[in-house]
Amino acid sequence: MNPIISIKNVSFKYSKDEMLALDNISLDISQGEFVAILGHNGSGKSTMAKLINSLLLPTEGTILVKDMNTRDDNRLWEIRQTAGMVFQNPDNQLVATIVEEDVAFGPENQGVEPLEIRKRVDDALKAVDMYDFRKRPPHLLSGGQKQRIAIAGVLALNSECIILDEPTAMLDPSGRKEVMQTIKRLNQEEKKTILLITHFMDEAVEADRVIIMDEGKIQLQGKPKEVFSNVERIKKFGLDIPQVTELSHILIENGINLPNDIITIEELVERLCQ
Amino acid sequence: MSIKTEKLSFYYSQNTPFETKALEDISIEINKGEFVGIIGHTGSGKSTLIQHFNGLMLPEEGYIYIDGRNIKDKDIKLKLIRQKVGLVFQYPEYQLFEETVFKDVAYGPINLNLDEKEIERRVRYALEIVGFDFQTIKDKSPFDLSGGQKRRVAIAGVLAMKPDYLVLDEPTAGLDPAGRNEILNNIKKLHDIGITIILVSHSMEDIARLVDYIYVMYKGKIHTQGTPHEIYKHSEDLKRIGLGVPQVVDIMKALKAKGLNVDTDKLTVEEAAQEIIHAIRSKKDA
Repeated sequence: MNPIISIKNVSFKYSKDEMLALDNISLDISQGEFVAILGHNGSGKSTMAKLINSLLLPTEGTILVKDMNTRDDNRLWEIRQTAGMVFQNPDNQLVATIVEEDVAFGPENQGVEPLEIRKRVDDALKAVDMYDFRKRPPHLLSGGQKQRIAIAGVLALNSECIILDEPTAMLDPSGRKEVMQTIKRLNQEEKKTILLITHFMDEAVEADRVIIMDEGKIQLQGKPKEVFSNVERIKKFGLDIPQVTELSHILIENGINLPNDIITIEELVERLCQ
Repeated sequence: MSIKTEKLSFYYSQNTPFETKALEDISIEINKGEFVGIIGHTGSGKSTLIQHFNGLMLPEEGYIYIDGRNIKDKDIKLKLIRQKVGLVFQYPEYQLFEETVFKDVAYGPINLNLDEKEIERRVRYALEIVGFDFQTIKDKSPFDLSGGQKRRVAIAGVLAMKPDYLVLDEPTAGLDPAGRNEILNNIKKLHDIGITIILVSHSMEDIARLVDYIYVMYKGKIHTQGTPHEIYKHSEDLKRIGLGVPQVVDIMKALKAKGLNVDTDKLTVEEAAQEIIHAIRSKKDA
């Protein structure tokens, strides 16, 4: 099967004389994959998300979303429907005064049949576990609940791929957990392709593949275990590593026999207590 | 000298069907020189509480005293209170509006009718304290800076008012790890030069590492209070009320449960590493 997103030799500049925000990037994302993208502010992560969504067009190179070229104006809405975006601030992306109307906004604009809209809205709200809140006004919900409504809005468009740009940055610990559980469930049960841009390393650990960006280039990629074992390199990119990995590395330096790719508490505990 | 609340309560939409108690019976005292953290899930009342600290919201029930003076006294000047207690909101960079960094930071002091020399002195002081070189930054447009830099300019704007107390609401939200460390190191420095810091944060790691004392808010009340070591002992309770503990605490508890004889009362990676090394070596010796 062709990859759902295929980025070929893509470079991007915001204006003529500026530096390259993306520098000759090539990347394929398979259907059903869960990919986390890390990098400091200005490393090019969000630019890449906007390019995939056709909010920006590449200066050089091509991006195919389900074989549709993002330069093809006629396929614009189809592209955005295939790869839906969720942004950082929950208050900037909800438009209606009632939860279910907000989720219905996308399909309504596409002229979907009313009965079909009803079904999609209900399914989407159930998928993010917010069905009981369908008659509530969004502004009275918590941050985590608002983000789940935003995700439901993307689901109601039948998007196969969900791009989330720091969806938990403004949330409290329980809100973060809610959103992460929702993302994981959508990936595992509904087979949605997930592209998660985040600064939280404990979220990236959950992905199938981690991509680290710096200066507009992909610097490291692989399974979370492979990537996070490069502690020094990751720190050089201005990023953190999960506390459990950092702890393991201090223990290794002090002569305790551990593998250098520990990324979960369970692994560390098992190793130390065997 | 302190910020003190006495039986402070506050209601939103009072006398309507939507009446919600945002604060209930809060009595705390934050003394000059302290570094305190306030944690609680979204909607627990943190922001409502800190807006009372500088008179943006006035108590409906109960009292607030700033350095001993009742904030509702007839002859009190709220302008002076707001100078004394600086408030840095969430995403303060959205409040930048001037053409140059200098003008933006000078906005507060200019409104105090200070003379030009004093204004420049204060702007220089504030920018340097948040880690900028005054000459290179002053004429730049704040909108050309990175997210972390913008935020530091916004904090400088509050510092130019020379506050004794600085309240920061989620100052690192949305920043990358490098930007976060930059801001946190600045905040630590501000505390070192004698400014009282009140930090509201969702990052249990940051709170555990930085503050001396924590107030935990839940449903508009002070749920518990104490030193970080006292607070993070109760991880089950914190999780129940929508919060968490630093990952290190979970690690130490899991090790202990599996039979490694460690003291679980460790909050930072360094402390935890020491303790584990010690436990493993004593096990070998035994």
